[in-house]
Amino acid sequence: MIRKFIHLHSLREWLFIFTILAIATVLLPLFNILVPEESVLHVPNYMFALMGKYLCYALVALAIDLIWGYTGILSLGHGVFFSAGGYAMGMYLMRSVGKEGVYKSDLPDFMVFLDWKELPWYWYGFDSFIFTLLVILILPALFAFTFGYFAFKSRIKGVYFAIITQAMTFALMLLFFRNETGFGGNNGLTDFKRILGYSLQEPSTKMSLYIITAIILFLSYILSRYVVQSKLGRVLTAIRDAESRVMFSGYNTVHYKLFIWTLSAFLCGIAGALYVPQVGIINPSEMQPSNSIEMAIWVAVGGRGTLSGALVGAGLVNGAKSWFTVAAPDYWLYFLGTLFIVVTLYFPKGFTGIFARFNSKEKSKEST
Amino acid sequence: MKQTCLLIKSRKSKTTIRGCKVIVQLFGVFVFLIVGIFSFSIAEANDFESSIKDLGNKSRSKIKLAVKRLGNIGNPAALPALEALKDNHLQISSDGSLIILNESEDQGRYALSGNPVDLSSLTLHKPRINNSVRRVLSMAIGKLKLTSDSPQVRLQAAGQLLKMPSTDLVELVEKTLDREDNDEVRKIFILVLAKEGLKSDDKNRRLKSLNIINEFGNNDFKTDLEALLEKDDTGNFLEGDSEIRDHAAKAISTIENRQFFINQAANLFYGLSLGSILLLAALGLAITFGLMGIINMAHGEMLMLGAYATFLVQNLFREYLPGIFDWYLVIAIPISFIVSAIIGIILERTIIRHLYGRPLETLLATWGISLILIQSVRLLFGAQNVKVANPSYLSGGIEVFHGVVLPYNRIAIIMFVVFVVISIWMLLQKTSLGLQVRAVTQNREMASCMGISTHKIDMYTFGLGSGVAGLGGLALSQIGNVGPELGQLYIVDSFMVVVTGGVGKIAGTVAGALGLGILNKFLEPVAGAVLGKIIVLILIVILIQKRPQGLFAPKGRMMDN
Repeated sequence: MIRKFIHLHSLREWLFIFTILAIATVLLPLFNILVPEESVLHVPNYMFALMGKYLCYALVALAIDLIWGYTGILSLGHGVFFSAGGYAMGMYLMRSVGKEGVYKSDLPDFMVFLDWKELPWYWYGFDSFIFTLLVILILPALFAFTFGYFAFKSRIKGVYFAIITQAMTFALMLLFFRNETGFGGNNGLTDFKRILGYSLQEPSTKMSLYIITAIILFLSYILSRYVVQSKLGRVLTAIRDAESRVMFSGYNTVHYKLFIWTLSAFLCGIAGALYVPQVGIINPSEMQPSNSIEMAIWVAVGGRGTLSGALVGAGLVNGAKSWFTVAAPDYWLYFLGTLFIVVTLYFPKGFTGIFARFNSKEKSKEST
Repeated sequence: MKQTCLLIKSRKSKTTIRGCKVIVQLFGVFVFLIVGIFSFSIAEANDFESSIKDLGNKSRSKIKLAVKRLGNIGNPAALPALEALKDNHLQISSDGSLIILNESEDQGRYALSGNPVDLSSLTLHKPRINNSVRRVLSMAIGKLKLTSDSPQVRLQAAGQLLKMPSTDLVELVEKTLDREDNDEVRKIFILVLAKEGLKSDDKNRRLKSLNIINEFGNNDFKTDLEALLEKDDTGNFLEGDSEIRDHAAKAISTIENRQFFINQAANLFYGLSLGSILLLAALGLAITFGLMGIINMAHGEMLMLGAYATFLVQNLFREYLPGIFDWYLVIAIPISFIVSAIIGIILERTIIRHLYGRPLETLLATWGISLILIQSVRLLFGAQNVKVANPSYLSGGIEVFHGVVLPYNRIAIIMFVVFVVISIWMLLQKTSLGLQVRAVTQNREMASCMGISTHKIDMYTFGLGSGVAGLGGLALSQIGNVGPELGQLYIVDSFMVVVTGGVGKIAGTVAGALGLGILNKFLEPVAGAVLGKIIVLILIVILIQKRPQGLFAPKGRMMDN
């Protein structure tokens, strides 16, 4: 088993991966703690919250790459799974605020505001972290399984599937916007105080969350790599390239698609759960159709069908977004729009494609 | 003989003299009458003028007297002044003349002569009135309106009276009922009397009133009727007479039944209206999806561009041709079509053409286009919504039932959509271009082999689809505000229409759009707007399970190609 994992990468690649992991989880925190604040090398506190956010996005991109890049199913509804994980974590964080809210009540502030007297039944259990963890791990996957079962069984595919998933996220967004739904309506869940007893305002908590996110991303990457290089992964790629032939060869493609779809939602839910304590808010706008489409472009920019590409793509696009929204907010949508067009028209293999082309040119030069 | 002649002569002359006398007498009477009428009308006119003047009096009781007198004189010319006084738009200048201000209080005219007045040279103050004056005022205004010559004014006043009954006016109604010749006004007058009759002590009159209400009454009577069925704390009916209670209960159920049908009719209308807008939004989408197998995410922005084109035409007309402003909409129809069609064709030529056979990439690329279009419009026109005015012939509506107004703009949109759908159908079925479009939709390779230039067909069809969306934008601009995100509001819904209706058949799109529109509007009162929408989406997802190719799927076995 372990050998199988080791064979996923060559030695050089493993070294590269572990170096990056070490830099991210050890070196950067050390530069924050040991290097004095005046120094240029000091890593400021706010960087960890920001990078933690990017790592969550990278996890989402990884999940989408599995379903879109490897299996050829474009989902425009991954925001739902992200939000499902996020809301579950948000509910735990809301419950752990205790009586320190604005209204000094045992109920979350927005319920007091709506004049609710007791906790709705679906909020029960979220006082416990273990329960919350279970919900985060199970609920998005379960929802995806149910949805996927019906969709794949009736052979909805391609553009139809994309549109149906978009309708799903749209419908749920509308549902969560209602105050009566019981998840804080418009404002969503926010004003969190602590997680597992640690204050969310403390730099050390933020740093720990960041390190945990990095490690989970690493593990998810290894898991995804394992899946796509297994025999199952080969079938998935075959489904992407010629589904009818796979069916005619005797495979039940529904099972394969359902598995990868559920796995993708599972990872996406974890990403959402990690995202919420680091950003401090979850609201229905995460389920806007536009958000889910943006997630797809992260993968497209990085390069579909290459897991590392998805991670790079998420970092690049979100880095650009952070820069644009500060430097030239009016032009961010132009940039994003152009990115959508240019990548699909000219760089269907994304960033890693350019990189690979560059590499092969170098090699051919060396050989001549 | 001669004598007789003389006699006759003298007789004749006698009669002449007598005739002269009569004429003189008659003339006298006539003069007397004329003078009398004149003096009488002068007296009345004086009374009218002085009463109007008294409206600005310092003493409230004088104002009240003047108002009452004006009501009794019955001259409708007093209405503007009275209404201005009620709405606090009547002002007194320093020389004592009364001035009626307009709504925004920047222009005024004299209450008596109606001539405009320059406000800047005057110091004005308002007459101080209180609620008791206002009560008298509404009475007088009601009286004047009820006896007005125009049936519309009478109708309005009668409707007002039905909502807020007052004993004096009801008496007036009773007196004028027989003279009333307008059926609608008469009906309301009868209802007013019936409502008053409920309070009477005479049992027969009450029963008669209840029957009238049963026959013509509407929702507004429900509270009065329910009051008859109320019980006191011990559980006894406040109304002692059981026959009256039965009649009241019967009237309530009749009214409720009637109201139910009216509501359903209204829902149907608004559903049709929503459906027709969805149809315009989805028609082009369905055509291009059927033809090229791609979903154009920028389709919603074609709606938005059509709406902004309408906005620009409106502004140009307002600026340069204010005389024929109402006709801007007619000119805007081809322009909104052409603007969206040209932009659609440019997009097809430059971007979408290169993505054939890659529907998912097309989806993303067109999404990128939509972001750029939205941001461009936002930078050009501002992020705020802009207002597109209805032409005068589209403002207002007809009240088909009590409380159900069908706005002209929505009726016009439904008719416009019928026109567009028929045109598209003719284009696809009866022209050679349509034949080629259908051929490419059915089998691209085969059509290409038969010498059809598929690229050209794609371009034209994409232009056509975008143009129809532009027309949808024009329609939308007539019922709401226009903003950069306009297209985003409708895009998910139009996808749903395409998915439900299936592709390649106009009938499918029509059925999908109208079905969704009507379903939405019928669910709205039951489940609320948001929940209704969610239910519709869930129903669509279930439907897709059963019929993955939509309601009107082309027959035959198809494997994905």
